[in-house]
Amino acid sequence: MDFKLTEEQQMLQDTAARLVRDVYTFEKRLEFSDSEAGYSTEFWQQLGELGLTAIPFSEELGGFGGSGVETMLIMEQLGRGICLEPYMESVILAGGLIGQLGSDQQKEELLGAIASGELQAAVALEEPNSHYNLFDVQTTARQNGSSWSLSGRKAVVIGGHTAGKILVSARTAGDVRDQQGISLFIIDPNAAGVSRRVYSTVDGRKGCELFLDNVEGELLGTAGEAYDAIRYQSGRAIAALCGEAVGAMRTACDLTLEYLKTRKQFGVPIGKFQVLQHRMVDMVSELERATSMAILAACLADDKDSDERSAKLSAAKFVVNRAARYVAEQCIQLHGGIAMTWEYNGAHYAKRLVMISHQFGDDDHHLEAYSNQLVVA
Amino acid sequence: MEIHYSAEQIAFRDEVREFLKQELPADIASKVKLGKHLTKEDHQRWQQILSRKGWYAPGWPVEHGGTDWGPVEKHIFDEESAAAGAPRTIPFGVNMVAPVIIKFGTEEQKRKYLPRILSGEDWWCQGYSEPGAGSDLASLKTRAVRDGDHYVVNGQKTWTTLGQHANMIFCLVRTDPEAQQQRGISFLLIDMNTPGITVRPIITLDGDHEVNEVFFDDVRVPVENLVGEENKGWTCAKYLLTHERTGLAGIGSSKAALSHLKKIAARQQKGGKSLLEDPLFRAQIAEVEMSLMAAEMSTLRIVAAASEGGVPGAESSILKVQGTEIRQAITHLMRKALGPYALPFLPEELEGDFDGEYLVADYAAAPASTYFNMRKLSIFGGSNEIQKNIVSKMILEL
Repeated sequence: MDFKLTEEQQMLQDTAARLVRDVYTFEKRLEFSDSEAGYSTEFWQQLGELGLTAIPFSEELGGFGGSGVETMLIMEQLGRGICLEPYMESVILAGGLIGQLGSDQQKEELLGAIASGELQAAVALEEPNSHYNLFDVQTTARQNGSSWSLSGRKAVVIGGHTAGKILVSARTAGDVRDQQGISLFIIDPNAAGVSRRVYSTVDGRKGCELFLDNVEGELLGTAGEAYDAIRYQSGRAIAALCGEAVGAMRTACDLTLEYLKTRKQFGVPIGKFQVLQHRMVDMVSELERATSMAILAACLADDKDSDERSAKLSAAKFVVNRAARYVAEQCIQLHGGIAMTWEYNGAHYAKRLVMISHQFGDDDHHLEAYSNQLVVA
Repeated sequence: MEIHYSAEQIAFRDEVREFLKQELPADIASKVKLGKHLTKEDHQRWQQILSRKGWYAPGWPVEHGGTDWGPVEKHIFDEESAAAGAPRTIPFGVNMVAPVIIKFGTEEQKRKYLPRILSGEDWWCQGYSEPGAGSDLASLKTRAVRDGDHYVVNGQKTWTTLGQHANMIFCLVRTDPEAQQQRGISFLLIDMNTPGITVRPIITLDGDHEVNEVFFDDVRVPVENLVGEENKGWTCAKYLLTHERTGLAGIGSSKAALSHLKKIAARQQKGGKSLLEDPLFRAQIAEVEMSLMAAEMSTLRIVAAASEGGVPGAESSILKVQGTEIRQAITHLMRKALGPYALPFLPEELEGDFDGEYLVADYAAAPASTYFNMRKLSIFGGSNEIQKNIVSKMILEL
């Protein structure tokens, strides 16, 4: 048992922290958010140049063979700046799926480019009716000789508007909610039959709805057997999101604490009032809980697939979702009116924190998942 | 980072498990799991077994009869003991007064008291709280006035846990009434058989006799029973409070209680199925289990930091709050699991020698009473609100 960082991990954390601190001022973030990409393509390049997009990949691919812990350290810093880049979506999720399912040729073609940051990929798993159940797939893929043709609608594809490639889950056999018969395809967003409705998200990012009408797709892995990989890699995404949430919570707590010490009412800093002190302690207490679960998730993220791993990752996301919402709401409450404004940084942390629970399962989803796997013996 | 125990730590855990399997008397473990009343003899029997093994005082230095365990080993021992249904160690002697004597006591005090704690010859209780001094402990009024080579003690202590079994009490007393609150307090060791001491039971809301009032009427205490310097008792008290808080998250006992809750839920019926198959009840168990998982990870982080030489500080206050809330949530679910059978009050079914017919089952008599009894967790050892004040002041500097 050991919770210390190695020297390399410490350096990685420092590198990410410095980059985020230097680039992601509040004003800059708003600019990035308003830009066409919805994030900083320059910052994305810097992530690549510093090797941060390569961390989880093997050394042959120019990476560092980093584990869930390294991912957590990076995500936590991205969370501290509520950075807008689709790092988790491209590096962790798309990279992970291609790494797990891809042929040697696909890996060679795509993973090196993802690792260098040259290629930003997106992943389209949700659908209008799936509600976090990633086996609930209505989009279909039909085989015509050696090629596949995809039709359907995928929901809320973060980074899908700028992606060079999009991974899409589609049904090639079975019924709507069967775990068997789901396949993954790589599509070119500019291919014939693809249309996208691009929108901003509540937390300042950008994404799109993806409409597919007989779009040519390249099969990733074996037809009909992608769900195990989707579940496994979603687990890695969950761990990454937990890390991001912890970073964002930490900054939201820092901002709130600072405000309690400086804002005066009734002639004293409002942090002198016990009711607010205790609320602040409760925020920190939630942050501690979330930190513990983010560490647990990071340490399990790259373990072999098992029911226990899935259950514990669900527990992590459940605890982190609840904590994130608490910290977000109390951050606004303790700041009072100022946190109700677009111009106040804390409000944007609160929005990201709440929106994290809408990615890869809210608390109900994970409560049900954990409950179904409850060990009763 | 590594969240799993090392091979050596697992070997140690297996050794502890094997010891518990061989040595923990089944009748005692059964009482603990079912929430029945433990007698003084039950506690003493288990203490003797631990003492023989050399494991009664893991936290003490080896030269006084402790172990060379690090924080991780101590944590494993506590976890395994709780999971097996071992009675919780009554902390007042071994884990409270002993560390104070070891840190602040004279050589003679160490020679006199430590072996008697190890052997079980002395049963200690704690004289801190008073009717007018609870969370505001420093406002205590019990007076000790020097008279030759004695202190003469007058006043009243309360909430004295298991004082009815004790022959020794450690007390905070006021030796300088003129000094500001914390300054005029001293730490005294008092023999409960000294003339002038009266112990009166307080029956708690669950009908149990667990706590007492202790009255001091011109009680003469030899000056050599002072620990540390006169008027510096608050230093001892503060030292002791940090010792007390670290174990208060009660992860091991919550895990044991959760596993008992699942057994009860598996046997209770609703709509023709067991409660464990009821999605709503099951989700509530799942929720508390996930909170417990988080608290356990936080505990391990503190334990790991402590084995690197870190001193558990205000983080243990946060953990005390979380741990006690979790334990209370489990007792709440246990009571709910009984449905209307939470109502019957059958204290006789909680006695070890009960040989009648249980109204429902052996597991059904305790939960409602235990639920009320466990409300104490967020009150004692520094109430949860006091813990939040500590975090606010020490960590957040508000």
